Amino acid sequence: MSHTTTLDHEHDHDHKPKGFVNRWLMTTNHKDIGTLYLVFALIMFIAGGALAMIIRLELFQPGLQFVEPDFFNQLTTMHALIMVFGAVMPAFVGFANWMIPMMIGAPDMALPRMNNWSFWILPFAFIMLGSTFFMDGGAPAAGWTLYPPLVLQGGKNLAFAVFAIHMMGISSIMGAINVIATIMNMRAPNMGYLKMPLFVWTWLITAFLLIAVMPVFAGAVTMLLTDHYFGTTFFNAAGGGDPVLFQHIFWFFGHPEVYIMILPSFGIISEIIPTFARKPLFGYVSMVYASAAIAFLSFIVWAHHMFSVGMPFGAELYFMYATMLISIPTGVKVFNWVATMWKGAMTFETPMLFAIAFVILFTIGGFSGLMMSIAPADFQYHDTYFIVAHFHYVLVTGAVFAIIGGVYYWIPKWTGNMYSERLGKIHFWWSTISVNVLFFPQHFLGLAGMPRRIPDYSTQFTEFNMWSSIGGFAFGLAQVFFCIIVWRTVKGKGTTKATDRVWDSAKGLEWFVPSPAPHHTFQDGAPVKDEQLAHVSSH
Amino acid sequence: MSNTNTEQYFVPHKARWPIVGSIGMTLTAVGAATFMNSSSSHTPVLMYLGFAVIIFMMFGWFGEVVKESESQMYNEQVDTSFRMGMVWFIFSEVMFFACFFGALWYVRNFAVPWLGGEGTGSWTNNEIWSGYEGVWPTNGPANVGGEFELIDPYHLPLINTILLMASSITLTIAHHALIKGLRKKTIGWLIATVILGATFLFYQAEEYIEAYQHLGLTLGSGIYGSTFFMLTGFHGMHVTLGAIMLTVITIRMIKGHFKPDSHFGFEAVAWYWHFVDVVWIGLFIFVYIM
Repeated sequence: MSHTTTLDHEHDHDHKPKGFVNRWLMTTNHKDIGTLYLVFALIMFIAGGALAMIIRLELFQPGLQFVEPDFFNQLTTMHALIMVFGAVMPAFVGFANWMIPMMIGAPDMALPRMNNWSFWILPFAFIMLGSTFFMDGGAPAAGWTLYPPLVLQGGKNLAFAVFAIHMMGISSIMGAINVIATIMNMRAPNMGYLKMPLFVWTWLITAFLLIAVMPVFAGAVTMLLTDHYFGTTFFNAAGGGDPVLFQHIFWFFGHPEVYIMILPSFGIISEIIPTFARKPLFGYVSMVYASAAIAFLSFIVWAHHMFSVGMPFGAELYFMYATMLISIPTGVKVFNWVATMWKGAMTFETPMLFAIAFVILFTIGGFSGLMMSIAPADFQYHDTYFIVAHFHYVLVTGAVFAIIGGVYYWIPKWTGNMYSERLGKIHFWWSTISVNVLFFPQHFLGLAGMPRRIPDYSTQFTEFNMWSSIGGFAFGLAQVFFCIIVWRTVKGKGTTKATDRVWDSAKGLEWFVPSPAPHHTFQDGAPVKDEQLAHVSSH
Repeated sequence: MSNTNTEQYFVPHKARWPIVGSIGMTLTAVGAATFMNSSSSHTPVLMYLGFAVIIFMMFGWFGEVVKESESQMYNEQVDTSFRMGMVWFIFSEVMFFACFFGALWYVRNFAVPWLGGEGTGSWTNNEIWSGYEGVWPTNGPANVGGEFELIDPYHLPLINTILLMASSITLTIAHHALIKGLRKKTIGWLIATVILGATFLFYQAEEYIEAYQHLGLTLGSGIYGSTFFMLTGFHGMHVTLGAIMLTVITIRMIKGHFKPDSHFGFEAVAWYWHFVDVVWIGLFIFVYIM
């Protein structure tokens, strides 16, 4: 080995492959693959957002103005599938690729070629899914949950959608296997499990969830496929099957899936808050256990999505109480974040603003979730705009805000350029105000009885829908602005050079490599130094 | 990056094969979906082309890995990554089968009894499916697919159980021989394992022919046919894959790739084969006997 240390070494092996095909299509580099994931996620975020804009446009007024009802149903389905599988999940995998090896002192991901494949399946899968818009009968139009028998009554899209989902699943499973192997096998010497940053911990748990439930989803959609094309009767009562069976299988996947989209957010927020509060994360070990507890509970609460489907009374009670338990570990997390900020020397740079907004707004989403966990009350708001408001609070002001906060937090490390704090703050306030105008009125629409996934509504809902749509357009525009900020930062327009540490007192290995991070880091396998870590456990 | 020092974790320069795999996968998926949607029964050329591309990718990719492994580019840490990858892949397969076993459990214990009027299902039974008993095995109240008979578990399925369990034992013997450096013995027992696996597949095919031609039991025989053929069918596909993998490691064994202390490829296939065996025992009990 020619070099002795990679830490603090300016020009270490910064050999980027030349040419687009070599650099991006055949890459095995975790940073480049992370970039691919993040760019793909941003494109999908804008595409899925565009569909949402059409939805809000149609719902601006009662009556049918712009789209046919069936096309409206296609929009809600595709918006959801694109946002869940195309935007949020790949964005987190992008973060995992960029940050996990840098955070644990690994030279790369454990299985670099498979890492490339995990990414390069996705564009094909989404082109296939998107192509269903142009087929006879259009795209799937049964919500992201794809419930039979409705989903089986569409046109030719089912086989394409199912195979696209299979491919996304293969991609996710391979990505998750890579994350687990990296974390368990690639930690630098002296990087014990309880010294790992919380982002690494939450991703380890998320990866386990992914491997456990993506195959179950694959099985469920395979049953849809055979019911539609090969005469099986899994979901047909005439043949002894049961449409509710699909709901059980789907939500056995679906509930862990929603935590797959929130646990890495918890990780990102747990990185950001200590940096800007200038205090170590409060209750680090309890955060780890709380994440694991949330993951465990996610497997045994699925039927709370099905309270009104006609389950036996005992099942309703069990799923109600089990669901309420989730608020305990989640509460541990929220209180720990607040306690971390307590008496901290806080500053409010853009990542911190998004993190604080996350804590407040995600908690609102958590509370509306708690409301719906009460089975008798859920009968009132099931399938109304209340649930739409709930899951957009946890997924937009939760997952998406964490992603955006994470981008601001680490983009100086990725690009070597400090984004414009002024534009970042504008983006924050613009997003945070508009997103509340967008989703908060939907709580009341739902409580007043407006059903979800319907292109038309009763006239008394008009005013709140108009507000919601105005908020929606403003929020959509804010994200176009975000794309401009990211582009300017990458290109170094109106930015300053980032220092290696970027944020004063930031802890963690990634802040001790140069900005931008060299193409290869931590190749010498040197032990990590305790003073660079945020968590040096007493264990 | 040009050094092959095994102290350092091996990170390949380039990945040529993943994009080939993606193209193959997409061709297969588009070909299959188009085929399923078309009313005429043309040959799904695109799908076969996709399969061919995937097989080409596997030869290329695995060949590259074998070559790197044979030229000592992997250290123990790389070996551990491969092991973890295989273990978690098998876990994902376990969950895939769990999905179908779970569906079987649900329809037998809830869906079918409710259709027969148990619990809160009495109105459904009275109003829609009056007279339906709700007893397993069933093809549902509408008698979907017509009358059918069951496969006797103590004929072909029992033989198949013995075959698969024996194959797990022969594979273990081969593994022990490999560890002791007894090359010929290893190859012999590996060939025995492949033959046992192939015989299993032969009898499985016989059983399907029997079901379709004489028992009236088809994939379309209501929920019984659905669960029976999907569970045994997916298992059969996994046995096929496992048998191909066993054949590959037998050839690699003959070529002298495996050392007594370094033979991850062998072990990965062995784990996979034992997994397939365990799934079969689940099938034998929950699908055939009970």
